[in-house]
Amino acid sequence: MRARDNTIVLKHDHPMIKSMTADRFFDEMTGAGEDIRQPYAHYHQWFSQQDADRLDKKSREAEAFFRRSGITFNVYGQADAQERLIPFDLVPRILGSQEWARLARGIEQRVAAINAFIHDIYNRQEILRAGRVPVELIANNDAFLPQMIGFTPPGKVYTHIVGTDLVRTGEGEFYVLEDNARTPSGVSYMLENRETMLQMFPELFSKIKVKPVSDYPKNLRKSLAACAPLSAGTKPSIAVLTPGIYNSAYFEHSFLADQMGAELVEGHDLRVLDGHIAMRTTQGYKRVDVLYRRIDDNFLDPLTFNPESMLGVPGIMDVYRAGNITIANAPGAGIADDKAIYSYMPDIIEFYMGEKAILKNVETWRCGEPESLKYVLDNLADLVVKEVHGSGGYGMLVGPAATKAEREAFAEKLRARPGNYIAQPTLSLSTVPIFVDKGLAPRHVDLRPFVLVSPQGINIAPGGLTRVALTEGSLVVNSSQGGGTKDTWVLED
Amino acid sequence: MQLTISHTTIYTYETPVHYALQRVRLTPTDTTQQKVHSWSLSVEGGVQEAQYLDHNRNLTHLVNVDQGGTEVRLTATGTVTTMDTAGILGHMTGPAPLWLYKRETALTEAGDTIRDIAAPLRGSTDMLAALHDLSARIAEAVEYGTGQTWAQTTAEEALAGGRGVCQDHAQIFIAAARLAGVPARYVSGYLMMDDRTEQDAGHAWAEAHLPSLGWVGFDVSNGQSPDERYVRIASGRDYTDAAPISGLRQGEGDERMIVTLQVQQ
Amino acid sequence: MLGKTAGGLYWMFRYLERAENIARLIEAGFRIALTRSTDAEAEWRSVVTTSGMERAYGEQYDTFSAANVIDFLLRDTANPSSVLSITSNARDNARLVRTALTTEVWEAVNDSWMTLTTLLAEPVRETELPSILNTIRQQSAQVRGALHGTMLRNDIYDFSRIGTFIERADNTARIIDVKYYTLLPSTSFVGSSLDNVQWETVLRSVSAHRAFRWLDESEMTSSAIADFLILDKRLPRSLAFCTSQIVSNLRYVAEDYGNTYECNRKAEKLHSRLMNRDIESIFEEGLHEFIDAFIGDNNALGRQIEEDFRFNG
Repeated sequence: MRARDNTIVLKHDHPMIKSMTADRFFDEMTGAGEDIRQPYAHYHQWFSQQDADRLDKKSREAEAFFRRSGITFNVYGQADAQERLIPFDLVPRILGSQEWARLARGIEQRVAAINAFIHDIYNRQEILRAGRVPVELIANNDAFLPQMIGFTPPGKVYTHIVGTDLVRTGEGEFYVLEDNARTPSGVSYMLENRETMLQMFPELFSKIKVKPVSDYPKNLRKSLAACAPLSAGTKPSIAVLTPGIYNSAYFEHSFLADQMGAELVEGHDLRVLDGHIAMRTTQGYKRVDVLYRRIDDNFLDPLTFNPESMLGVPGIMDVYRAGNITIANAPGAGIADDKAIYSYMPDIIEFYMGEKAILKNVETWRCGEPESLKYVLDNLADLVVKEVHGSGGYGMLVGPAATKAEREAFAEKLRARPGNYIAQPTLSLSTVPIFVDKGLAPRHVDLRPFVLVSPQGINIAPGGLTRVALTEGSLVVNSSQGGGTKDTWVLED
Repeated sequence: MQLTISHTTIYTYETPVHYALQRVRLTPTDTTQQKVHSWSLSVEGGVQEAQYLDHNRNLTHLVNVDQGGTEVRLTATGTVTTMDTAGILGHMTGPAPLWLYKRETALTEAGDTIRDIAAPLRGSTDMLAALHDLSARIAEAVEYGTGQTWAQTTAEEALAGGRGVCQDHAQIFIAAARLAGVPARYVSGYLMMDDRTEQDAGHAWAEAHLPSLGWVGFDVSNGQSPDERYVRIASGRDYTDAAPISGLRQGEGDERMIVTLQVQQ
Repeated sequence: MLGKTAGGLYWMFRYLERAENIARLIEAGFRIALTRSTDAEAEWRSVVTTSGMERAYGEQYDTFSAANVIDFLLRDTANPSSVLSITSNARDNARLVRTALTTEVWEAVNDSWMTLTTLLAEPVRETELPSILNTIRQQSAQVRGALHGTMLRNDIYDFSRIGTFIERADNTARIIDVKYYTLLPSTSFVGSSLDNVQWETVLRSVSAHRAFRWLDESEMTSSAIADFLILDKRLPRSLAFCTSQIVSNLRYVAEDYGNTYECNRKAEKLHSRLMNRDIESIFEEGLHEFIDAFIGDNNALGRQIEEDFRFNG
């Protein structure tokens, strides 16, 4: 199988965040100048009193802790079966309570709109009828699952868990890079990073009041339970469906199941019984009401989707449509991750929420539109061009990094199938310092906050997962290419 | 016309079943062409696990074959009054948008032979006539006969092979109509053959959507539009969507299927 | 608990126990090889036989040299039963049942895997062998310690213990099976140096050479040793001890679940064959036949447990 659920490996590799030749990026600790920005004031003061050797030792301890705990991801297909660690940097990324509040409002608005959008797309399709989003965008999209048409999941929730990828370019300048409405991963790193920081630097947390994230598993459980089908009664049974121990994100699956107190199941533990999905226990079969699945749509039900799938549960779609199980996230929710849909997100938010989008989208040219295509062809050297449904950097052009010949070859492809592409400008990503031999050095970061959706409301874990490009000048935060993570702090008021 | 139908499908398994599911679409619903008076679906050797309307608004059942069993028997039986509407089902709306029926599927993906047979549809001013003509040309190009095609044969393969059954005829029609931008869908159901009570198998035909008439049926195999001898059971983008029974089984050994079908007045 | 989880726990502890047992076998073999070089090849052969890997070994090697046997048993990843392979199996199972384990138990297993993978990355030199074997046993003890010290006494614990003792019973029975002829009163010559060495090896294989001297007042005779290994309930590796542990742990599960299973019956039957009897009656029955039947019944019990508690479906 193809593991899409790749720990915290980014599906994109941020090519638009091309390092500009311009020397200054917005640094979240020092801003544009030499002054320490307010959120970092106390931390910076503390840091300047620390002994570098001690921090170095702490850093190594953290690594040993991660290894011992098995917080690793498997890279299979490599001769070296050694499991890999995602490097952890001990300097936190800090957000002030005000800037976070604004971000959180924006995320909440966006996620609510995404849910309304997905529901609409699988039901009345008002947004298509209104002509706000072109039909072709849905009709020709593999992430659109006809089997979801005319069905509303329990609680009317499609994206129970969302990861909204954000980047920053200035003081108040946040952009949404992409929405992850399938099965966003990385939340276990958010939680473990905080645990590690608490163990390493307890004194910091008594000095600086940071909003806790440790409620996440409890909130996840509560949120999933609130989405259970009516038949579940007051104490719904929740299980996490994993592809198994060889999946690269298995650690996260077992971690979340453990933290939620939910069973961690594989497809072969489950079957249809008495109108429900049931798991095989030592004492017979026991009903599952909510399945937090960490496998792709295509593998979910061999009776409905890929018949070769060994990971899924045959008949689960029948039980689902009969209203007797909740699948989180809903099959077909991935339609919202599409890059062309992304370009319509400001319209989508306005359509469903009746207000302007709070968070900015990265400006996106849809090459299917003639004027846009002309602009893109004229400015190819400054743009990043991506395939609409592609992921993982296939078939994309990074204008500033490409040779003239490459650009010309790509222009041909663009002219041949313009509707297949979008283009975006390059962004100058903010930096946050990391700890190096002799102190601090700025590195580019992004942010993935984790959002829970239930009929009771939208809950955002304060902060999220900060990914950092550890190589100087690099803009690739991808863990498979030298990216690391940081603890992310949101300060109390 | 009042038709009485009794349709039994028996699966026998060489070795006792460990775990097997059957998804069953064998329940007709009321349309402009038919009214269902009574209908029942009974299962012997298994239990019904779920019942729902699927994305094409087909009433669908999931059946779990009894563990350790070697036979499951699915019987659909009932009485339906049918009306001759000259093949016109009309503007029956389901949950799915019309554009869904313009999308290619794995079984209806067009290749060169489909493109050729669909060519005259392009720019046609009388699409209804053009579709009837298409139906006739398909029947001519693909001789009716069993043995050469199976459930997963694509429209393109069947047309190139020149021999097939009603499923192939319907899917070729659908693939060609979609090429011309006409929404089209697959229908499974029953046809009472005038000269006999015992029918060989269930029937399949196609429906195309025309703005003026709504859905119109085309039975390519019989060169006509469905009349009062037809009972419509399920529909979808292709056979996979509308198949009367599709299943999945864990375990070894062969399985055999026996169908008995009676449609009578 | 998921059936798969019960199975994962059971197998995780079988593998951990097996790794430790292989280390003991090698240790005993190594000792003989050091002290009696002429018997070395035969001794290494019997180590391989006891470990149940003779056929796989034969596919790779013609002779039973210390270096080959040690490499094969300890670190050959092509050998699914090498210490390295089964340590990795144990850890895979621990990952599978991660939600059922305390952090301490998980970390002990993970640490054991990390330590042994590093330790066995390169071929083992003879001078390092004792310390490596020691580490293997220590790692196993650490996991056991974490299990005893941190786990709730519930079905999770019970299945862990059941796996341990099924495996241990199998191991002890195999040791006896391979060496049974040296334990037969009729063929042994009391006090002969050959027997002394063989008996010593057998006792060392179950880490009972010192215990035997301390506990057993009688002389070192074949039947005293057989009695000790088969029937003595004080020895934690004797068959009687193992089966009594299996019986009681299965009983806890049955009580917990409010049910009695076929495996409870089978376990009690197996155990009863070791109760209230003396070693002479076993010799009369035929030691080889007795052990053979025990191994078969113990395996059958394992399969029954898998079935009763739905490990696989």
